[in-house]
Amino acid sequence: MSRLGAVIVIGAALAALLGPLVTPFDPAGQELRLRLEGPTSTHWFGLDELGRDILARVLVGARISWLVGLVVVGVSSIVGVVLGSMAGYFGGRVDDAISRVMDVLMAFPGLLLAIALVAVLGPSLTNVVVALASIGWVGYARLVRGQVLRARELEFVQAARALGATTPRILLRHVVPTALPALSVQATLGMGGAILAEASLSFLGLGVQPPTPSWGTMLSYGRVHVLDAPHLTIFPGLAIAVLVLGFNFLGDGLRDALDPSSSQRRT
Amino acid sequence: MGSFVARRLALSVPVLFGVATLVFSLIHLIPGDPAQAMLGDTASAADVDALRTKLGLDRPLLEQYGVFLLGLVRGDLGTSLRTGDPVAGQIWLRVPATVELAAAAMVVAIGVALPLGVLAAVRRGTSLDALSMAVALTGISVPNFWLGPLLAIVFAVQLEWLPVSGRGTWAHLVLPAISLGAGLAAILARMTRATLLEELREPYVQAALARGTSAWRAVVRHALRNGLIPIVTIIGLQFGAVLTGAVITETVFAWPGIGRLLIQSIGFRDYPMVQGCILLIAVTYMAVNLLTDLIYGVLDPRIRLQ
Repeated sequence: MSRLGAVIVIGAALAALLGPLVTPFDPAGQELRLRLEGPTSTHWFGLDELGRDILARVLVGARISWLVGLVVVGVSSIVGVVLGSMAGYFGGRVDDAISRVMDVLMAFPGLLLAIALVAVLGPSLTNVVVALASIGWVGYARLVRGQVLRARELEFVQAARALGATTPRILLRHVVPTALPALSVQATLGMGGAILAEASLSFLGLGVQPPTPSWGTMLSYGRVHVLDAPHLTIFPGLAIAVLVLGFNFLGDGLRDALDPSSSQRRT
Repeated sequence: MGSFVARRLALSVPVLFGVATLVFSLIHLIPGDPAQAMLGDTASAADVDALRTKLGLDRPLLEQYGVFLLGLVRGDLGTSLRTGDPVAGQIWLRVPATVELAAAAMVVAIGVALPLGVLAAVRRGTSLDALSMAVALTGISVPNFWLGPLLAIVFAVQLEWLPVSGRGTWAHLVLPAISLGAGLAAILARMTRATLLEELREPYVQAALARGTSAWRAVVRHALRNGLIPIVTIIGLQFGAVLTGAVITETVFAWPGIGRLLIQSIGFRDYPMVQGCILLIAVTYMAVNLLTDLIYGVLDPRIRLQ
């Protein structure tokens, strides 16, 4: 399944990179005469409420999804690793302060805090990324903190300390690398999570604003035409489901490959 | 036991305080002047001043914070900017709809997940196992704001079996409950399978199998009983996903619950109402987590000692 995941993810990446260059249709170009027309041999995914080619818009929308996923996961993991390793390594007050903030952020279920933040900051692509990253780091920080707490007492870390290595060096060179396998699983699943979250916010009208094509925004406009033009809903949703599924397969496969106990469980 | 409950309760007080503080500060995160933002650019300076005074935004920050916390203690969440009614009362009217939807989604999720997880565990390593877990992972990946409209297209538009949206009869509940419950069912099925496989390795199950008990009986009679404790915990922890999922599902199906109220209030820039909804959802989530922990403590004495 992880191989299928990798194929989907690589395929989706290529589609996002090359798709908009290959498609003959302008994602903003309108053919009002053919508005809401279903899939044909010319327009494979049909046309939307303004007569725009849905396939072209799904391909451009893929870029938004990838952009949000990569930036959110990148920022969240860097902030999470820094704060998590500080909390785990220094302990005491530093740990208390960081852990209390994490407790409060985790008291909000799932997307709720992101919804709240975007509601006050205003709907935009930047604010979606800010909102998702300001919650996303907690998962990475918890993971790294736990790993650092364990690794702090390991012999090779003690040895590095005895040799006079500086704290940042010990953390970066010796402690954080022990968390890398778990972090890569978290980041892979996090890509799927961030893409789904952006689509959810955009669907609720709190994310990417038109005319920029985002899969969530396209679904939200498709809702009006569920009765007369279901293809407006089917294709953007399929794109989200397939890409998120790809990341979930890949993350699951990585976890099994990196964790001997879970691969044992499979047999 | 008493000290366990007291300790767990004491742990939630600072978190509750932090949540209230964060919800309070939301209004101050609005870029520019919050009163101007709520009324829009066309509002007159006098109106903006009046609103600022009404909301107490002209007073020192610390005083505003004190007033906010005192209000919370008394159950006063302020007044809605749009209707002028108390926020708490408006939210209270929407609670039954959300509770109904969340409960129905939980029933759907448990009804699907337990049999699927047990089936996968009993037939582990077979194609049936792989298939049910692939179905589960697909369920996690499909967004409920897509599943909802798809279900509506098939069952409401094509087959005309069920209403497209709204709340009223039990038929109205079916599609929202399925689209909200599907994701949870998928997570729960995976967890059920993993928990059961772990239990199946325990000596008591191995002993039962050695005595000639069938795989089915070993899972259902022996492993499932002990596995239920972690499964119940996961159900409790996943309740948060149901609450946020409800925000989206209620929007998709025009279901008149708290989630829809939240999204509508964001649209109207009715920030006191937004704060109230966010606070209520977060506190409910905390309460369910607390309850799950306490039940876990009651069921498994080892937890109490940690």
